[in-house]
Amino acid sequence: MKNPAIKIDQVHKSFGKLQALRGVSLEIAQGEFFALLGPNGAGKSTLINLLAGLLRPSSGSLSVMGHDVVSDYRNARRLLGVVPQELVFDPFFNVREMLRFQAGYFGCGPENDVWIDEVLEGLGLTDKANANMRALSGGMKRRALIAQALAHKPPVLVLDEPTAGVDVELRQTLWAFIKRLNGEGTTIILTTHYLEEAETLCSRVAMLKQGEIVALDSTQNLLNRLQSKQLKLKLSGTLPSALEPLKRGENAGYVTLNLSATSEVERILGELRAAHVGVEDLQMMETDLEDVFLSIMSSTS
Amino acid sequence: MRGLYTLFKKEIWRFWKVAFQTVMAPVMTALLYLLIFSHVLEAHVHVYPNVSYTAFLIPGLVMMSLLQNSFSNSSSSLIQSKVMGNIVFLLLTPLSYVEFFIAFLLAAMVRGLVVGLSVYLMALFWVELPLAQPGWILAFALFGSAMMGAMGIVAGIWADKFDQLAGFQNFIIMPLTFLSGVFYSIHSLPPIWQQVSRFNPFFYIIDGFRYGFFGQGDVSPYLSISVVVVSFVLFAAATLWMLKRGYKLRG
Repeated sequence: MKNPAIKIDQVHKSFGKLQALRGVSLEIAQGEFFALLGPNGAGKSTLINLLAGLLRPSSGSLSVMGHDVVSDYRNARRLLGVVPQELVFDPFFNVREMLRFQAGYFGCGPENDVWIDEVLEGLGLTDKANANMRALSGGMKRRALIAQALAHKPPVLVLDEPTAGVDVELRQTLWAFIKRLNGEGTTIILTTHYLEEAETLCSRVAMLKQGEIVALDSTQNLLNRLQSKQLKLKLSGTLPSALEPLKRGENAGYVTLNLSATSEVERILGELRAAHVGVEDLQMMETDLEDVFLSIMSSTS
Repeated sequence: MRGLYTLFKKEIWRFWKVAFQTVMAPVMTALLYLLIFSHVLEAHVHVYPNVSYTAFLIPGLVMMSLLQNSFSNSSSSLIQSKVMGNIVFLLLTPLSYVEFFIAFLLAAMVRGLVVGLSVYLMALFWVELPLAQPGWILAFALFGSAMMGAMGIVAGIWADKFDQLAGFQNFIIMPLTFLSGVFYSIHSLPPIWQQVSRFNPFFYIIDGFRYGFFGQGDVSPYLSISVVVVSFVLFAAATLWMLKRGYKLRG
């Protein structure tokens, strides 16, 4: 059997009195596109920093493709690429120099230059290869950081909020490239605040809250877990009081109602007809990952 | 080995790309010292028989520049990548703490030796300098730069801000170098200050280095080299211990 790309076993991490992680266990198979979600301070970055060896666990163990990140850190780090959250860069070098140095630290020599060109091309950085890191725009710096994490061609790639503050166009080229890598067998682990990204890209999701995993399932199962649908209505009058308990919100002239089943629509329309309130517009909405996320986060508090 | 070599090469490139500031500027400063002190003191100060004050001064200035620049290289590189945050890219690599240490140390030594050699070559335009025992010159240059390179790694890792590093440089390194006998022989000092100077490791580096040129010094070069080697070993051990624990680098 193949080693899991990532295996996290009963990991605890404390900073003084603060318990950032309380017994997290998680396995990610090779080739998965995995999302790690959770509110700020849930422990996502702590978990990534533990995997990367930037932090050491208080107890428990983590491994990358079967190599322990503490006792066998050389092999573990060779197999892992990490894109840090902050836009950090070395102001002395241009993009290509920086990528060659980065690959060199991992023991890659000139034979790796072909791969570096491929990464530059895939991320749309070819024009900027000889530009100093300082001269790049924020979006370009973000791409360069991703290129840097990929410089040594790691089979497991961790992206810590790669699209924070990135425009739509770049987000699309970025995901196209990451999807291609995933298609070629690279395991991708992603943390993001944009839940629709996780929903469309990732096959499996873990949700962290206050240092614990509160949900771990395939994206589809999580979406099925919340059976509710929503009905968005534009009405000619006010909502009849009989329907008030279903009301979820009101925005821009639309009233949103929660449905537990599609068949409820009939009853609602009946109530409206009885109250002589006309329906000017009607939309049915499916549950998205954001609803699941909010429901899980509120139910476990 | 390739990882270590890459880091070493990167550290060399880093200072070489800004050589105006990292090599030329310190050479200029040393030459200004030489110009002014030799002009003012040449007629008044004689330390060793048959050695002019200007000649006496040059090894001191060469060694002072070498020490300060070895220290600067490792300490400024580390503090800069810590403040910028890009040190994370080094910490993510499979480089061991020993490789990390060796790469930073060697690059610091190269910068110190390049600056020291430049000051020496420029100074030859002013005055002829004997080379009584070149072996000592080389030994003190190597161990002096190594000691300061290691000290620079300690300071660079310890300091969280440029301000703290500047404090280390201005309140520890500068006084110790200026009071080590660069500009004078400690025999010209009152006895109490002669005793105090003997606790300054920099005094031994300067004195031993000067011995290599003139074949005479304030203390035996064997004593001096022992002090320098022991100081280097202590600093290297402290640095390795810090790096191994991940002090201020890994939580």
